[in-house]
Amino acid sequence: MVTPILTRIPGPAADTPTREPRRAERCTPPLRPRLPHVTDFLISPFTEFAFMRRALAGCLALALGATPVGVFLLLRRMSLMGDAMSHAILPGAALGYLAFGLSLGAMTVGGIVAGLVVVFAAGLVTRASVLKEDASLAAFYLLSLAAGVMIVSLRGRNLDLLHVLFGSVLALDDASLLLIASIASVTLVCLAVLFRALVMECFDPAFLRGVSRWSPVAHYGFLMLVVINLVSGFHALGTLMAVGIMILPSAAARLWAKGLPVLLLLAVLFAFGSGAAGLLLSFHADVPAGPAIVLMCGVVYFVSLLAAPGGVLAGRLPVRRHLES
Amino acid sequence: MHDTVLPMIHLDNLTLGYDRHPAVHHLSAEIPAGALVAVVGPNGAGKSTLLKGLAGELRPIGGRIVLSGLPPSGLAYLPQRGEIDHSFPVSVFDVVAMGLWREIGAFGGLSRDQRGRVRAALAAVGMAGFESRPIGSLSGGQLQRARFARLMLQDAPLILLDEPFAAIDSRTVEDLVRLILAWHAEGRTILTVVHDFDQVRRHFPTALLLAREPVAFGPTAEVLTPERLARARRLSEAFDEHAHECQLEVLPALEIGAAAVGHAEAPAHDHGHGHPHPHPHPRPRRGHTHP
Repeated sequence: MVTPILTRIPGPAADTPTREPRRAERCTPPLRPRLPHVTDFLISPFTEFAFMRRALAGCLALALGATPVGVFLLLRRMSLMGDAMSHAILPGAALGYLAFGLSLGAMTVGGIVAGLVVVFAAGLVTRASVLKEDASLAAFYLLSLAAGVMIVSLRGRNLDLLHVLFGSVLALDDASLLLIASIASVTLVCLAVLFRALVMECFDPAFLRGVSRWSPVAHYGFLMLVVINLVSGFHALGTLMAVGIMILPSAAARLWAKGLPVLLLLAVLFAFGSGAAGLLLSFHADVPAGPAIVLMCGVVYFVSLLAAPGGVLAGRLPVRRHLES
Repeated sequence: MHDTVLPMIHLDNLTLGYDRHPAVHHLSAEIPAGALVAVVGPNGAGKSTLLKGLAGELRPIGGRIVLSGLPPSGLAYLPQRGEIDHSFPVSVFDVVAMGLWREIGAFGGLSRDQRGRVRAALAAVGMAGFESRPIGSLSGGQLQRARFARLMLQDAPLILLDEPFAAIDSRTVEDLVRLILAWHAEGRTILTVVHDFDQVRRHFPTALLLAREPVAFGPTAEVLTPERLARARRLSEAFDEHAHECQLEVLPALEIGAAAVGHAEAPAHDHGHGHPHPHPHPRPRRGHTHP
């Protein structure tokens, strides 16, 4: 069964979600029916429950760290590469789980190691052979996935990896939250350091190679950021959906923004907004949080597709008056 | 102008190629500092390959390239087809400012003076007022102008331009040629791949005619003769997928020779008939005298 695992992952005792207080409160007739109801719906889940506050903090960290990385993935036309990478880190995390049980450290280290091996091997092949980045990456992530599945089956244990696949943002403990926040901090610092080189590596790699030695630093540094953010994401949303909070807000923001700074800012705002909305949806409708967050990202994406200047309608609506020049 | 010693390109029996097939075959030449050289030849003659080799993007499979007196990153190279991603959300100003990398590196901010220079470079290529336009909104000619502005800010003593006038209208070409001539006047060494022989005759004092084998190098009027051009065409058409290994050790002499560049006292050459080379030798030159 999927649902029990998703919603009842054992967290620290103090944070175990209990729905009783909310139900009890609902039964008392509100004095002013309109405003308190909205507050009750949007704010009080976070003020009343520590696990919701933790989840919100986790979403903020993911929005600040993973989403800017997703923007660059999008601009490098590597959006699907994130998905491939999430498959590549899965065996590492599974191995960690197999060896040490549900240990945060082991699964994190396993995932990061597996991811880094795959991106560096793929990066090396891309830079040194005729194969393009997508081809070399596909080769290595498939190998990693196959190796992982084989190792798991050799141990002959029926692994319950659903929490790795679907995450547990509603049961983030102190250690997980600290890990996600640390990875977000490291990512922001690295992006700040690499920013100019990374922009040039995406925009005109030949020029960057001509004027400096930063090209490989930006390339591999960026791939490393992708890996650690996917690992960070899988603790909250699971490996399959960690990519969602990277790519969907970035794609939505790309439809609105013309410049890179606005694009990055907008993507982070979209991601955090979708995170908060997804948590509320999960809370009120009693659905798993990870998919709820990604679906909220999807809502933002579809609204942008319809409304944004870069969306599907923009060029098809009748133009009132064209400009003079 | 630069305080550093200006570069002299020294090509020593240089062979560049792909998969062991030479695209530039046994090229020896000395290009003096401050020369403005048009690299000409039919398609597939190895012009782009030569520039790639000079820029360090392709390692020689034989011979060597010596760039003497060139400071680090003193070489600016404009490839024929850049790897520019036109959909990237970046402004024209930012793209041109990338030319200042040597000064600002990965972290430095732009000073007021440097911002002024970026705008001046844009004005010099006739693109004043385009600063905040996204790069994707430029036409082909405008993009080439912006690339020239970026190149200008690189302030390099050695400039390599690979077909800078491809698919560009005549007015833009005129403007770009004017820029190249201005750089030449500043004493920079410039190698440009050009296809339009009229342009070469009008503006470029020196020409290097390639047809995989080097054909001729020297003053433009002496290089671009009908006989030599015909010979270049013949040479470039001969391509053998299963060619034998090249046994050539002695370098073939160029028809005019490096010494002729910019020197009045070019010696009467013996045109290197001493080597065992498969290509047909040209008939004795007619109407060709050194000044």
